[in-house]
Amino acid sequence: MAGKGEISIWFFIGMSLLVNGALICGAGVYEYIDPPLEKVVLFEVHAAIWWGALLFASGLLYCLKFSPRRTASK
Amino acid sequence: METSRLVRLSAVDIVIIAFYFALVLAIGFYLRGRANTGEDFFMAGREMTAWVAGLSFLSANLGALELMGWAGSAYQYGILATHWYWIGAIPAMLFLALVMMPFYYISKTHSVPGYLKLRFGESSRALSAVSFAFMTVLMSGVNMFAMAKVMQIVLGWPLSFSIWISSLTVAVYVALGGLRSAIFNEVLQFFLIWAGALLIPILGLYEAGGWSNLKLLIAQRASAEYVHLWSGLGSFTTNPMGINWVGIVFGLGAIISMGYWTTDFLVVQRILAAKDMRSAQLAPIIGAGFKMFVPIIVILPGLLGLGLLDMKLVPESMATQPGMHSYNDVLPLMLARYCGPGLLGLGITALIAGFMSGMAGNVSAFTTVWTYDIYRALFNKKASDAHYVSMGRWTTVIGVLISVGTAYLVMRSASIMDYVQALFSFFIAPLFGTVVLGMLWKRATGPGGFWGLFLGTLSSISMWAWVHADPTALRYVALSPEAKPMAQDMFQALWSFVICVTVTVVVSLVTKPKTDAELTGLVYGLTPIPSEGEVSLYQKPIFWAGVVTVVFVILNLIFW
Repeated sequence: MAGKGEISIWFFIGMSLLVNGALICGAGVYEYIDPPLEKVVLFEVHAAIWWGALLFASGLLYCLKFSPRRTASK
Repeated sequence: METSRLVRLSAVDIVIIAFYFALVLAIGFYLRGRANTGEDFFMAGREMTAWVAGLSFLSANLGALELMGWAGSAYQYGILATHWYWIGAIPAMLFLALVMMPFYYISKTHSVPGYLKLRFGESSRALSAVSFAFMTVLMSGVNMFAMAKVMQIVLGWPLSFSIWISSLTVAVYVALGGLRSAIFNEVLQFFLIWAGALLIPILGLYEAGGWSNLKLLIAQRASAEYVHLWSGLGSFTTNPMGINWVGIVFGLGAIISMGYWTTDFLVVQRILAAKDMRSAQLAPIIGAGFKMFVPIIVILPGLLGLGLLDMKLVPESMATQPGMHSYNDVLPLMLARYCGPGLLGLGITALIAGFMSGMAGNVSAFTTVWTYDIYRALFNKKASDAHYVSMGRWTTVIGVLISVGTAYLVMRSASIMDYVQALFSFFIAPLFGTVVLGMLWKRATGPGGFWGLFLGTLSSISMWAWVHADPTALRYVALSPEAKPMAQDMFQALWSFVICVTVTVVVSLVTKPKTDAELTGLVYGLTPIPSEGEVSLYQKPIFWAGVVTVVFVILNLIFW
C-alpha cells in the first residue's frame, strides 16, 4: 500500500509492534529479575517476556520487509 | 485525579500509550500532502488494496465500547452474544461483497446517500443524508462520553481529559490526511487491538484448564445454556437473552445486520475507497474472515470472567457501591488480572485505539456526507474542488466539536444517551429495504423509494415510542408475552423493513418508472458487471466467500 518512495502503512505497523514489543519484553525481564510484591494471576508464565518478544519479532519482520528503502527501490 | 480506579499504570504503560498517540499523529502529518483533491480527501484516492480496505472496514466497527459492551453481554447472556459476530455479521458482509458492491462501485458514488440520489432522486438522498449526518455526529459524542467514563473507572482519568485528548488527536489526523489517514490509522489500530487483547483469552483458557473445563465452570456458576448458541433458541424462555430463533435469524441476521453492514456509510465508505472492483468485493470478505474470530478477544473474555472471577458482576444500575463492578467492567477486570506493566499499557492502548478508530470512522463519514450530500447538493452546487476539500477539513474539526458538545450534554443528562442510541437504530432497517429494492428491482420508482424510507423510519420510531410509553406493548411487537427487551430491536427492525418494502412496492406500482437507460449502472439486470479477467480461482471473491461460508457453518455447528 505504497507507491514509489512512499512509506507503507505496513512499515508504520511494524514500527508500532517493534517498539511496543521491546518495551513489554523489557518490562517483563525487569519483573523476572526483580519480582513485584503484588503479582498478577499466572505471573509465573512471564507472559510479558514471550508476548513482547513475539511482537518485537513480528514488528522487525514488517519493518524489514516494508522499509522505506526497499519501497523506494521498487 | 480520581482515587478509585481498577488499574494503576506504570511508567512503561504511559510510554506505550504516549507512543501510540505520537504514531497516529505522525501518520496524519505524513499523509497531509496526499489529501489535496476531493477524490483524495474524501475517497482516499480510491486506491486502497483489498487488505487495507478490508481491515479498515472491520476496524471502523471494532470500537472500544463494542469490545467492552459485548464482553459484558457475554458475561450476562453467555455465548449467545456471539450471534452478533456470526449470523449478525457474516452473511451481511458476504451479501455486500457479492451482490451490492458491484452497484455501489460501478455507479462511482461517493456515499450511500449519493447512491440514493442516483437511483431515487434528491428527496431520498436529502432524507438519508440529513438523518445520517445528524445521528453520526451525535453517536460519536455519546461514544466519546462512554469512553471517557470507562477511562475514569479503569484509570481514574478525569472525563474532560479523555474527551479532549482523544477527540483533538482524531480531529488533527483526519483533518490533515482525510479518509486515507483515517483508514491507515484504522489498520494500525486493528493490529494494536489484537496485540493488546489476545493475551487475555490465551492466559484465561490456560488458567481454566481449557474450553471443556471452562464450560463446566460456567455450568456450575450460571447454567449450561450459557455455552450453547442455538439449542436454547427454540422459545423465549429457554435462553438467558429472552429471544427466539426467529428474532435472531430474521431480525438480526436478515435485517439489522444487513442494514448495518451494507448501508451504514461509516463502514461502506472504507470499501468504496478500494482501488478496483475485485478489491472492493474482496475487502468485505477479508473483513468477514477476521470478524468470525473477533469473539476470541471479545466473547471469550466475558465467558472467562463468568467462569473464573471470584466476584459477581451486576447490571450498571446496581454497581453503585464501592468494590462492585458492572458487567461492562469484565474486560478491564480480566486485563488487570493477567497483565502487568507493559502488557497493561498495550491493553489500555487497544481500548483507546478502538475508540479512536470508531470516532475517526464517524467523523470521516460525517464529513463526506455533509460536504457532498448536504452542502454541495443543497447550498453550493458549483464551487471548486479545492473549496470542497477546505469545507471537508473544517467540517472534520466542527464535527469533532459538535461531538464534544454532545458528550458534555450526555454528562449532564444520562438519559440522552439511551435516546440517541435508540434513534440510530430507527434508520438502519428501512434504509436497507430502500437500497436493496433499488439495486435489485428496476420497477422501484423515486416516490416509492422516498415514501418507503420515510414511512419505514416513522414506523420504527412509533414502535419504539409505543414500547417506551407502555412496556407491555413489547408482547405485540415481538409477538410473544415472554419476549424480553433484547427482542425489541430485532422485531422492530423486522416490521419497519416489511413496512418499508411494502410501501415502496405499492407506491412504485402506481407511479411512473424510470427508463432502462436511466437505470444503467444502478440496478441488477441493467448493469454490465466488468469481467474479472484472467485470474486464478484463489483470486476470485466467490471462492473466498465460499471458504468463509464453510467456516461460518462449521463454527455454528461446533457451538450449537
